[in-house]
Amino acid sequence: MDFAFSADQDELRATARRLLADRLPPERLHALADAGDGDGTSSALWSELVGLGWVGLSAPEGGGSFLDEAVLLEEAGYALLPDPLLASVVCLPAVTLAPKPDPTAATVLAWAEPAGPQTFRSAAKVKTWATRTDGAWQLTGTKSDIADLGSAAQVVVLAASESGPALLLVEPTRGAVRLLPTTDGTRRIGTLTLGGTPAVLLAAGSEAAPLLTAMRRRAEAGLALESVGIAQRMLDIASEHAKQREQFGRVIGTYQAVSHHIADMYVRTELARSLAYRAAWCVATIETEPTAVTGQEVDVACAAAKAAATETAVFAAEGAIQVLGGIGMTWEHVAHRFYKRALANETFAGSPAEHRATVATAILGAAR
Amino acid sequence: MDFRDTPEEATFRGELRSWFAANLPPGWADREPTVGLEDPEFSRAWSARLFAAGYSGITWPKDYGGLGLPPTYQGIYLEESARHDAPAHIGVIGLGMAGPTILAWGTEEQKSRYLSRLLSGAEVWCQGFSEPDAGSDLAGARTRAELDGDAWVVNGQKVWSSYAHIADHCILVVRTDPSAERHRGLSYLLVDMKSPGVVVRPLRQITGDPEFNEIYFTDVRVPRDSILGAPGEGWNVAMTTLLHERGTLGFALTARFEALLGRLVETACTTRPDGVRPADDPLVRDRVAALAIDLEALRFTNYRALTSLVRTGAPGPEGSVAKLHWSEANQRLTKLAQDVLGPASRVDGADAWWGGFWAYQQLRSRGNTIEAGTSEVLRNIIAERVVGLPRSR
Repeated sequence: MDFAFSADQDELRATARRLLADRLPPERLHALADAGDGDGTSSALWSELVGLGWVGLSAPEGGGSFLDEAVLLEEAGYALLPDPLLASVVCLPAVTLAPKPDPTAATVLAWAEPAGPQTFRSAAKVKTWATRTDGAWQLTGTKSDIADLGSAAQVVVLAASESGPALLLVEPTRGAVRLLPTTDGTRRIGTLTLGGTPAVLLAAGSEAAPLLTAMRRRAEAGLALESVGIAQRMLDIASEHAKQREQFGRVIGTYQAVSHHIADMYVRTELARSLAYRAAWCVATIETEPTAVTGQEVDVACAAAKAAATETAVFAAEGAIQVLGGIGMTWEHVAHRFYKRALANETFAGSPAEHRATVATAILGAAR
Repeated sequence: MDFRDTPEEATFRGELRSWFAANLPPGWADREPTVGLEDPEFSRAWSARLFAAGYSGITWPKDYGGLGLPPTYQGIYLEESARHDAPAHIGVIGLGMAGPTILAWGTEEQKSRYLSRLLSGAEVWCQGFSEPDAGSDLAGARTRAELDGDAWVVNGQKVWSSYAHIADHCILVVRTDPSAERHRGLSYLLVDMKSPGVVVRPLRQITGDPEFNEIYFTDVRVPRDSILGAPGEGWNVAMTTLLHERGTLGFALTARFEALLGRLVETACTTRPDGVRPADDPLVRDRVAALAIDLEALRFTNYRALTSLVRTGAPGPEGSVAKLHWSEANQRLTKLAQDVLGPASRVDGADAWWGGFWAYQQLRSRGNTIEAGTSEVLRNIIAERVVGLPRSR
């Protein structure tokens, strides 16, 4: 039993912390998020991430595993990285199946539909159709709730086909992209309308099902990791403030009404971190040594981490806003950016209650 | 990062499972849980068996009856112990507090005198820290000890002392220099509970059980060399005790929580006389799942703590995190069990579910946020020593 990252992974974390802090100071985050017609991201930073070898790490030639990606996802949360790293990590197992795979392309995932399923778990209800004419695939339908669509170079689309659920790759510019105004300006949501749009088949039927499972697990663990990063940043911001801000002649951190609040933020962040790291290990292990853990173990670990960590990020952000006082309620302070991402992560890819239902079934059996 | 057992760990786990299978009393797995404390004679006999097999002091040096293994093996023991719902060793205070402190501060003579008898359950320890006017504020202890020839003469009163009524020895914090600054005037004695002048009065708890006691000391003579560290060093010695109390406790508490969650699942999956099977209620399911997530969070936080313990040799702050979170989760768990039983939860004694097990557990759990560092003190520790906020007092 060894529950620690390797020296290389610790080094990767330290480098990522430094680099992202430098590239994404609060004023830069504000500028990116507030650019009304922009996509909230900076392509310059994406090229830099690719250059560092941080994109596509767990692809066959990437030289890493999901555990390395886990380190980066937590740091992406800490810095509130607006680029689609999480979506690209989620899509990677599908992207590598393309005839000419580009694991470093900014990739996002389109599974939800306006009047249809909102999560991976209801793939059977998808109405977007994939058809083949003369050996070439086309997609027709509308996909909604696509996170980071505006900055995507390619989109992995969940569709229905004659052989069951299918995953295909399209270029967003081939369809009609509509970006929605979103509370979280650093991760915009969009709708993609496809009408006979040319696409590349990645997997269909019995080959698509395990791929969907792998992507779902990556999404749940990834959101948990990102949320741990957000919670840690909120804890740091709140405690720095409490060490300096004076009221009634003393720094407010000496008041237990304040310090105990921060202690609770610390406790919940550490507990969520343990769950998120455990989920990350489960995902990495089932991908590289499928017999070393059971699918149910991985699913429960991912569900527990997603439920706890996304709630913890919201708790920590709300705590930070409270400790900050009036300044925490302003547009000018960076806290609201993190809070909005935390709220989005909580609802995305299954609510905490849905994930707890998964855990309940694992220990209580199905309800009668 | 790897959560799997190494081949050596897997062998140890396998041997332990076989040992439990061969040594637990017949029908143990199917028995109803014990309400309240185990019978001390049963606990003592069980402790002797554990000692004979080497399982009482897995991480302790071989010279004193331990196995000398890394803390990971203690974690495995506690996991398997929880899965088999195995009885606890009688020496809870000795194993978790007195023993590690004697190991850290004791003379060779003290180690030989006390440690193996502690591990075997032949001698039971209790703790004399809290006083009526000094609870969380240990540095305010007033029980005095004055040198008279070759002995310390102890006068005063201690309280909330579990096991004192069956204990052979007490780790006792006393004031030996009333003129020194509060923290510097303390010393740490090892006191024979059979000494003349020691009177133990059981205190009846909220559960009805006399689990803890008051101890009165009247002119109790303690040999001059029955001291850990130098006179005046008692505060530092006591901090070793408390660090171990919280450091190693995380695993033990989590193991107990796992066993109790299993009992909750069993209770929730039983159809009540009114035809309701609580496990079908979505609100019950959500609460059970939240507790299962609490358990996993505690388990893996302990693993992280264990890894840093193995790497750095000292328990980290995770012990306080685990204790704080466990205490509140345990209160939620036992309350949910009462809610699941519904109106039947009001019945106590032989007519109640498992003889009143859940009522006992629920009431007992209120002490969890008070004993071994109140939640308020633990939050202070986390805020000041871990997060680095300025001191509140």
